[in-house]
Amino acid sequence: MTGVRTLFEKVWDDHVVRRADGEPDLLYIDLHLVHEVTSPQAFEALRMSGRTVRRPDLTLATIDHGVPTIGRELGIQDPLSKKQIDTLIANCEGTAITLLDIDDPRSGIVHVVGPEQGVTQPGMTIVCGDSHTSTHGAFGALAFGIGTSEVEHVLATQTLPQAKPKSMAVTVNGDLPPGVTAKDIILAIIAEIGVDGGVGYVIEYRGSAIEALSMEGRMTVCNMSIEAGARAGLIAPDQKTFDFVEGRPRAPKGSAWDTAVAYWSTLPTDPGATFDREVIVDATTLVPYVSWGTNPAQTLPVTASVPSPDDFDSPLDKDSTRRALEYMDIEPGTPITEIAIDRVFLGSCTNGRIEDLRAAAAVLKGRKVADRVHAMVVPGSGLVKLQAEEEGLDTIFLDAGFEWRDAGCSMCLAMNPDVLSPGERCASTSNRNFEGRQGRDGRTHLVSPAMAAAAAIEGHFVNVADWELS
Amino acid sequence: MNPVSTIQGQMAPLPRANVDTDQIIPKQFLKRVERSGFGPFLFYDWAVDPEGELIEDFVINRPEYRDAVVLVSGPNFGSGSSREHAPWSLEDWGFRAIIAPSFADIFLNNCYKIGLLPVALDPDVVDRLTEVAQDPENSVVVDLETQTVTARDVSIRFEIDPFIKHCLLNGLDTIALTMHHENDIASYENARLAHRPTVQ
Ligand code: SF4
Repeated sequence: MTGVRTLFEKVWDDHVVRRADGEPDLLYIDLHLVHEVTSPQAFEALRMSGRTVRRPDLTLATIDHGVPTIGRELGIQDPLSKKQIDTLIANCEGTAITLLDIDDPRSGIVHVVGPEQGVTQPGMTIVCGDSHTSTHGAFGALAFGIGTSEVEHVLATQTLPQAKPKSMAVTVNGDLPPGVTAKDIILAIIAEIGVDGGVGYVIEYRGSAIEALSMEGRMTVCNMSIEAGARAGLIAPDQKTFDFVEGRPRAPKGSAWDTAVAYWSTLPTDPGATFDREVIVDATTLVPYVSWGTNPAQTLPVTASVPSPDDFDSPLDKDSTRRALEYMDIEPGTPITEIAIDRVFLGSCTNGRIEDLRAAAAVLKGRKVADRVHAMVVPGSGLVKLQAEEEGLDTIFLDAGFEWRDAGCSMCLAMNPDVLSPGERCASTSNRNFEGRQGRDGRTHLVSPAMAAAAAIEGHFVNVADWELS
Repeated sequence: MNPVSTIQGQMAPLPRANVDTDQIIPKQFLKRVERSGFGPFLFYDWAVDPEGELIEDFVINRPEYRDAVVLVSGPNFGSGSSREHAPWSLEDWGFRAIIAPSFADIFLNNCYKIGLLPVALDPDVVDRLTEVAQDPENSVVVDLETQTVTARDVSIRFEIDPFIKHCLLNGLDTIALTMHHENDIASYENARLAHRPTVQ
C-alpha cells in the first residue's frame, strides 16, 4: 500500500477487512442501497438461515422500479408489483432498515436519492442489487452492482469478497462543443470501446472535459459504465463534489466536515500512477449521439447514417447488426435524422436529475411537441420534481405537450404501467436499448435530454447543436 | 449451494453475441418474490411469440434439446442488468454450465453464487462446440475438478480462479465463510472513519 496509487486503489485499500493469499479481498461496504426487485429473495434467504441484518444503519431502501407515475392515489394496481413493494416494506420494518416510501417526497430512483440525501460521499464503497450503482462513482466512490446472493451477503456481514478488477483511465480532453453533453461523452466512449470493452475493469474518467462537467453530468457518465461492461466508473472528487455534498441531510457537519474534506482531498490519483489500460477521447470533435441498434455500443453521431451488416467482417458482428436492424425496423444506410419517433421518455437514473430537466426545458420553451409524438417527463425523485416545479419547468413541459409524471424508473425498464406498444419507436434518455427493454417489440433510441426534446418537437431526430437556444 | 462436479449431457447452441440478461429473463417476470420457478420464462421474448405460442425453432423449444445441460453462446454473455433471476432461470430450466468466449462480470459472480458453471473458452473453440452442438446426439463433459471440456474432437482445459473452484466443488456457503472472520470485521468497524455517513 505504498507508492503512487490511483483513486480506485486508494478506495479499495481503505476498505480491505481481510487479505489472504489465494482468496479474494474481503471489502467493507459503507453503504448498501436496496430496492424492491432484487431484494425479496435475499431477505427470505437471510430469514431461512436464521441470520440478521448486521448494519441497518448503513442500509437505505427505496421503492422505484415498479411504482406507477400517475394515479398513485389509487394505490398500486398491479398485484405482483404491489406484493413486491409490500414485501420490501415488511422486510424493512422487520429489520429496522430505513425505507423512503412512495409518499415520501425524498423517494425516487435509488441512484438519484443517494446523492440527494448526501449518503453518497467520496471514498466510500457503495453497492446495490442494481447494475447502475456505478452512478455514485461520480463522487469518487467505488460503487458497483451486485446480484441477490451478494445482497444477502452484504445484509448479513456488511462485507463482500471481491476479486480486484483491473484499472482503466478514460481521459476526455478539451471543451465540449455547444449542444453536446455528458450523455454524448459516455455514448461516444461506449461506441469506441464496445459493450464489453470495460469487462474486468474499473474506469476512472478524467481530463478537462470531465472536470468541466457538473456533478449531474458526472453522474450521467459514471451511470453508463456498466454499458461498456465495466465493474464501476469513478471520477476524482474536487471542489464541485464537496460543494454538492455540503449541507445535504447526511453530509458531515462541523468539524467532521473539515476532517472529511481533508481526507477526500487525498483521494485523487497520484501523479505517475499507472493504469492497466488507457483510452483518450477528444471532446472537441464530439457531436450529439443517437443509438440505432439494440445495444448501447450500436450508437452513432446524429450526423451519420446507420450501417449495413456488410460493413462488418466477423460473422457475429454481421449477425448482430442484421438482427438489430431487423428488430429496429431500419434500412441500412438510413440517415439518423430521417428516423421518425412516436414516443419520448425523459427520465431515469441516467438523465432524470434537475439539470437534465432544465436542458430539455431550454429546448422546449415556446415550442410544441409534434402531433405524432407522445412525450413524458418522469423526474428522478420527488425532490427533483418539486425543484422543477419551483423553477416553473413543469409549465414549460406541459405547455409544450409533455406529460408531467411522478418519480420512478418508469419506462426505463417498463416494469410499471409505462410501456411502449409493439412497434413504437422512442427517443429515450435512459441507458439501455436492449430488445424489449421499454416494452416487447418497442424500439429504443438512446439520446441526451436536449436531443430527446428536439426530437419531440420535430417528430424525428435532429442535431440540437444546430439550434439557436435562448 | 449444491456442489458442482462433473457435468455431462447435451449442449444447446445459441450463437449470438452480447446475450443480455434482459433477454435471458425479461422484466415482466422480475416481479416474483420467490427464488424458484423462473425456468418457464427463460429467453421468453425469443421463445414465445406475442400471441403466447411457442416459437418452435428457437433452440430451447426444440424437443431434441429438451435435456440439454450446457448452453453454448457468444461473447459477453450475461451483459446488462445485475438480475440474478438470469442465472436462476437458466438453472431452473436445466442448464448446469454455460460455455462462451466471455462473460459479463456481475453475471459471472451471480453464477458462482448459485453453482451454475460459466466456462470461458477461446472463440475458435466455442465456434467448434457450436458446430458439434448442432447434432443433438453429441454430448459434452465439463469437468470442474480437472478443468476440462470434452466433446467429439474437442478436449480443452479452461481457467477458473482456484478459490472459486474450491467453493464450487465443495458447495460452500460464502456467507458462513465470511462470518468466520467476525473478528476482522469488528476490528475494521472499530477503526472506521468517524465521518462516514449513516442512514439513520
Ligand atoms: S432508472 Fe432504469 S437503469 Fe436506473 S435504476 Fe431504474 S430501472 Fe435501473
